[in-house]
Amino acid sequence: MLLLILKRIGLGLITLFIVSLITFVGVEVLPGDACTTYLEREAYGAALDACIKRLGLDVPAYERYLDWASNVVRGDFGYSLSGEMPINEVLGPRVKNSLVLASVSILIGIPLAIVLGIITALWRDKLPDIMISTITIFSMTIPEFISATLLILIVAIWLGWLPGIVIIPSDATFYELLSNIILPVVAISMIMTAHMARMVRSSVIQVMASDYVQMAILKGVPYWKMVFRHVLPNALLPAINVVALTIAWLLGGVVVTEVVFNYPGLGRLVIESISNRDLPVVQALAIILASIYVGINLIADLMTLMLNPRLKSLQIRK
Amino acid sequence: MNEIIESVKNLSIGFNSQKGKQISILRNVSTNIKKGETVGIVGESGSGKSTLALAMMGYIKQGLFPLKGECLFKSKDLLKMSSRQLEKIRGRKIAMIPQNAGQALTPNLKIGYQIDEALKLHTDLNKTERDKKISELLNKVRLPSPETMAFRYPHELSGGQQQRVAVAMALAGKPDLLLLDEPTTGLDVTTQAHVLELLRFIAKDTGTSMIYVSHDLGAIAQVSDRIVVMYAGEIVLEGPARKILKEPIHPYTYGLLKSIPKLSLAGLPASMPGSQPQPGSINEGCSFYDRCNLATDNCKKNSPDLEHIKELDTNVRCFNYRELIHQNNNLQTSITKKLNNSEANEVLKLMDVSISYAKQKFFDQLLNKISDQNPTVKDINIDIKKGETIALVGESGSGKSTILKSIAGLLKTKDGQIKFENDRILSSDLKMRNPNDLRAIQLIFQNPDESLNPNHTVEQILSQPLKLYFNLSGEELKKNIIDLLKKVRLGEFYMSRYPRQLSGGEKQRVAVARAFAAKPDIILCDEVTSALDVSVQAAVLNLLQQLKEDLGTTYVFVSHDLAVVRAISDRVAVLYQGRLCEIGPSQNVYKFPSHPYTEVLLGAVLEPDPDIKPKLVAEDIVEEKPPEKGCSFQGRCPRKIGDICNLEVPPWQIGENGNAIRCHINIDELASLQQ
Repeated sequence: MLLLILKRIGLGLITLFIVSLITFVGVEVLPGDACTTYLEREAYGAALDACIKRLGLDVPAYERYLDWASNVVRGDFGYSLSGEMPINEVLGPRVKNSLVLASVSILIGIPLAIVLGIITALWRDKLPDIMISTITIFSMTIPEFISATLLILIVAIWLGWLPGIVIIPSDATFYELLSNIILPVVAISMIMTAHMARMVRSSVIQVMASDYVQMAILKGVPYWKMVFRHVLPNALLPAINVVALTIAWLLGGVVVTEVVFNYPGLGRLVIESISNRDLPVVQALAIILASIYVGINLIADLMTLMLNPRLKSLQIRK
Repeated sequence: MNEIIESVKNLSIGFNSQKGKQISILRNVSTNIKKGETVGIVGESGSGKSTLALAMMGYIKQGLFPLKGECLFKSKDLLKMSSRQLEKIRGRKIAMIPQNAGQALTPNLKIGYQIDEALKLHTDLNKTERDKKISELLNKVRLPSPETMAFRYPHELSGGQQQRVAVAMALAGKPDLLLLDEPTTGLDVTTQAHVLELLRFIAKDTGTSMIYVSHDLGAIAQVSDRIVVMYAGEIVLEGPARKILKEPIHPYTYGLLKSIPKLSLAGLPASMPGSQPQPGSINEGCSFYDRCNLATDNCKKNSPDLEHIKELDTNVRCFNYRELIHQNNNLQTSITKKLNNSEANEVLKLMDVSISYAKQKFFDQLLNKISDQNPTVKDINIDIKKGETIALVGESGSGKSTILKSIAGLLKTKDGQIKFENDRILSSDLKMRNPNDLRAIQLIFQNPDESLNPNHTVEQILSQPLKLYFNLSGEELKKNIIDLLKKVRLGEFYMSRYPRQLSGGEKQRVAVARAFAAKPDIILCDEVTSALDVSVQAAVLNLLQQLKEDLGTTYVFVSHDLAVVRAISDRVAVLYQGRLCEIGPSQNVYKFPSHPYTEVLLGAVLEPDPDIKPKLVAEDIVEEKPPEKGCSFQGRCPRKIGDICNLEVPPWQIGENGNAIRCHINIDELASLQQ
């Protein structure tokens, strides 16, 4: 078991290494470099030379990669170009903001999705299912920039209950954030919950049709006991991986929602740094987002392995 | 003894079709189950036997509903009970043993928990008493080391062990009635015989009534006191087991019994024409009319009632049953088939073939070799003559399908060579074979549902090999397709049908036609009849034999069913754990002296005759891997003589009957031991 975990971690590290190489090479082959971007029209003569020297661009590419990589391993991403401040300082609050948004959405969305999925499956084709399914399909099909805009229009402008956009400093405290993020959380949860509820529904329906559930009924197991003992553990197992992907998506990819609500998270930082051609920040973000994906998927795989007796004993035998 | 436990009265169950019509899949079924009695319900797929059995527990599958009638358990109607009331009866009064225990045990719960659950629900025992009871039950169903068994998960057990756990679980509530839904289907022959023996013991030991549902008359014959024969949702014949099996007086039962291949008979079983009608397709007349050779005009218009015949103690649904009463000595006959002359040339040679499923290590991948000291299949030498049918027989894990895949080129061999026509070596890599060799060897798969593309019409399915190998098109292509359909006895109108519009037997015929479309020299048949009903199986076997006689094709026929193999094959090779045990002309392999494994297999075959009991000589252990050294059968051999079996690979001995046996025991001695 331990060997397996080590093996998985090793594979994850290799993935990260390859991602770092790709982003580094990608940045290298782009026409121009950090200095030409930064200096724009003044990119000639002494100013350019000084900049190149200052950023260390005069050494060969592989040396710069090694230098950069070893710094990243130590947790130092270098300096951003636009603000000329350490990237860690740029990233820190953004990571925190994204984490807050993601964790609140997860804490609300995932339990809700599971409950809705189970309800729709157990009352399949009956009134609760028809109602919930209609709503979930509806919220799944509306693109988030529309639903987010509608939310702002209705809740913030017409009703005036909540602020329409998030106007907070990027280093706001958790409590300051919380009151401001209700609308973004709702916008994100709508899509996420709908997707996951559909998945849980089909998974529960599939397990309900299995031979072992029929057997449990014929054994005289009371209905709810059967649902909790025989159905749910088997039906929710495949959900773990979907939950993991959703979390990773929430942390790095809710770009549209962040832009609509002007939320200072990682997703918006990606957009900003790309449009500013702030290459060191883009590089840093690529690595961080890749680590989040790798890490969360690793945890999900290990959890599946732990919870599924079939896989567990298979691994031990090997 | 004559107390009635459960009685079904005029029960009809059906569903609403998409057109809003009510279609019944059980029609007017009435029967009684007495205390201590074992009733066998037999019928082919779609006859409604499982629906009937489940209704007897008050369970109706989703989509179906009762149309009329009642299921009285101790005079209370199960179909009118609330789920609360049913929970008190299910598992406590009536318990179920499911068809596929592997799927019927909840995968995330330990065996012990699942039995404990039944005990908690249906007994008043406390924790320590229940723990004791669990090992008692596991012991009763003869599972090894009951104490540790309780802590295992279902997937950690073999198929036979899972089935035993299901039996233990059913016995936990001390039920008055046990319902067994195909409890041994899907198990290996030896395991099946052991489980049946256990069930018989339990019936006797506990006095429980049993309802045994199966398509397999062989299994039914072993356990039942009384037999109910179902056809198209109706009971067509009902009576004492011996009477039904030895003197069937309904034409369907008679035909069914004749279509079962029997060990004692060489030659092919007689087949019944057609197949069972779909639910809702019969509006008037007898449901068996289309397939019956006793049918008269009366049968077309009027449907017969179930008639009680006092002197035979039998109920029969037929106008013309009297014609069958004295015909029954004909049951023990079969169609003789032309034996292949053994002078012909060899068309395929397997020389020292070994196949390994071991994962290649990184280095071996670079060197393109497989280093596995104990491969799944090892040292197979078989010469296959042109025009013969050679059968590979063995239980699951014997490597028979693996060998087939290697011949087809789907699986690389580790060592050895496969030679085709005039000693030309066939590459073990499919991509390296030339198109003509690919054409010459065709495969027919076990399950036509999976081997036919559901989105292609029969015409498209059959035109593919014709286009690919012969570049046919237009009128010529169409003519060839019609010819092929004719060869497998299907009409031209089948061309536009999709696989889902065909019955199981028709689908397999299309698969046969597709194989023959390539005009192959060799056809590899992988369990081609196991997914089919008995009456359809006989027809497909006859078809294969006819085509072979007409076209001179060679068959390599893989099957686990010894009786089927006996019917179709010229030569038989018996395999255990990927090693050959015995090979020879089929009439000789089925005679003693035999390899001890052949002996075990033959002993476990179930004949549809209550007087022929299986002989259980070896334990039904499942071995995960072939042994490293010595004889492959050492772990289970009832005739093991000592260390020599563990250490040395046994030599080949040729018997006077012409079959070669690989055993350390001298062949004459084997002959006298097996007398």
